[in-house]
Amino acid sequence: MTGSTAGGLPAEPGSGTGSGAGNDRPTAADAVADAHRREWAFVLAATARVAGDLDLAEECVQDAYVSALQAWSDQGVPRNPGAWLTTAARRRAIDLLRRDTTLRRKLPLLVEPGGPETTGPGPEDPGGAEEGSGVIPDDRLRLIFTCCHPALAREAQVALTLRLVCGLSTAEIAQAFLVSEPTMAARVTRAKKKISAARIAYRVPESAELPDRLDAVLTVVHLLYTTGHTAPDGARLVRDDLVDRALGLARMLSLLMPDEAEVRGLLALLLLTDARRATRCAPDGRLLLLEEQDRSQWDRPAIGEGTALVREALRGGRPGRFALQAAIAAEHARAPAYRDTDWRQILLLYDLLGRAWTSPVVALNRAVALAMADGPEAGLAAIGDLERDGRLAGYQYLPAAKADLLRRLGRADEAAQAYRCALGLAANQPERDFLTRRLAEVTGG
Amino acid sequence: MAEYLILINEDESAYASASPDVLQEVMEAHNRFAKQVEETGGSIVSGRALQPTSTATSIRGDVVTDGPFAETKEALGGYYLVEARDLDQALEIAKLCPARFGGVEVRPIMVFDGM
Repeated sequence: MTGSTAGGLPAEPGSGTGSGAGNDRPTAADAVADAHRREWAFVLAATARVAGDLDLAEECVQDAYVSALQAWSDQGVPRNPGAWLTTAARRRAIDLLRRDTTLRRKLPLLVEPGGPETTGPGPEDPGGAEEGSGVIPDDRLRLIFTCCHPALAREAQVALTLRLVCGLSTAEIAQAFLVSEPTMAARVTRAKKKISAARIAYRVPESAELPDRLDAVLTVVHLLYTTGHTAPDGARLVRDDLVDRALGLARMLSLLMPDEAEVRGLLALLLLTDARRATRCAPDGRLLLLEEQDRSQWDRPAIGEGTALVREALRGGRPGRFALQAAIAAEHARAPAYRDTDWRQILLLYDLLGRAWTSPVVALNRAVALAMADGPEAGLAAIGDLERDGRLAGYQYLPAAKADLLRRLGRADEAAQAYRCALGLAANQPERDFLTRRLAEVTGG
Repeated sequence: MAEYLILINEDESAYASASPDVLQEVMEAHNRFAKQVEETGGSIVSGRALQPTSTATSIRGDVVTDGPFAETKEALGGYYLVEARDLDQALEIAKLCPARFGGVEVRPIMVFDGM
């Protein structure tokens, strides 16, 4: 990765957020905002290696963005904003380390692999980022693997990824997950402290551990997406900011790890699911089911890209859980109308998915596909098994799916009971409205 | 390199009722563990087994009481102090550590400035 291409990597989350970057002469403020969205992970990852500490790296990167605002106003926006920011942030880190011996004595808190000489980042390390000459290493994978290390709790992994890889503020992350800012700040601080105190290495895992470690990273990105896709609470169904961040991360990973089938699978899954975003709600905010959605409004380019990725992801044999979920989403996307859906094929894919990933949620989705292929009774029997299993107790989509099958069988009283149960668990308003309408239907209200 | 303490927490009653064969197997597993650690590139600084919690005495302030600090099903039964490159290597070692009636916890040793 050379310095000149680093800045141009299309790792921006989502699109259409419309800064002035498309204009002939972007203002410095626009360019800084744009670089924040596109380059944050690259700049921070490269700076962390020099700083040897995540907090110090963050501080230096923030300083670099502040100084960019002034410098770019005076001298114009540089050709490669990412390289400019990285060089500035790394110089600042080297400066601070030179000046502050106490800081240096405590370092390195971030463990660098590869022998003792690299464990001493400091003045002797020029950073290798001098403009025009050097190559800035792309350390974004190191950064995201460190954020998603299994020794950190899942919620800490998510918070750190948003903070360090996406550059979100603690306040923004707190808002996204509906916790108070002090709570989120404490969560981030605790996680960073563990990284340094327990010496979680700043590196990409070796091939033996890669599958598990990659799965943790993909799970975090997927969790971000699903949290945005059906917001856990609140008035809106979708939280666009989180969805866009997740898509951006999936794209970044697929650029950086082009040979990993599951990375493609995840990107495909997100693209194919997100292609329906605009049609999931009626203009009045009412939830629209798959069968009610206007398929002509689905995002065809996203479906095309997602479908091609699914094919590639399935090619290498033994497909993983993300590739298989994407294949199911592709089946839905392929059907011209709901009644044309190939439920047999979907059922087959769910069987494969159940083998790759034993999860009661997969079993529930399979039960719904089974009901479509073989009739509601078959689906109900499978849901009955899941109820006895007990692992989905408290999962709103279990009684909701059961209610729908009972409704289709004309068993109104039992359906009403199941709808009430689902309503007791649902917190998202459009989903609550939908369940309330269905409950009124079956009770004749 | 850094030091980590591997705390072995196990169900004491399982040991109390274990057959001599099982206890022999456990001993052998610990002997094997010592060799396996070297193969990871880390090393054992020290390691000891503890007498059961029925022999423990707790002190809070100056009140001396019979028994462990907290009564739990799984109690600290032994430890290894190991040296490892980073947490990943420490976890690799900890995964090898025998604990057939429970599990282990890995804690980084705190390093103070100027030491």
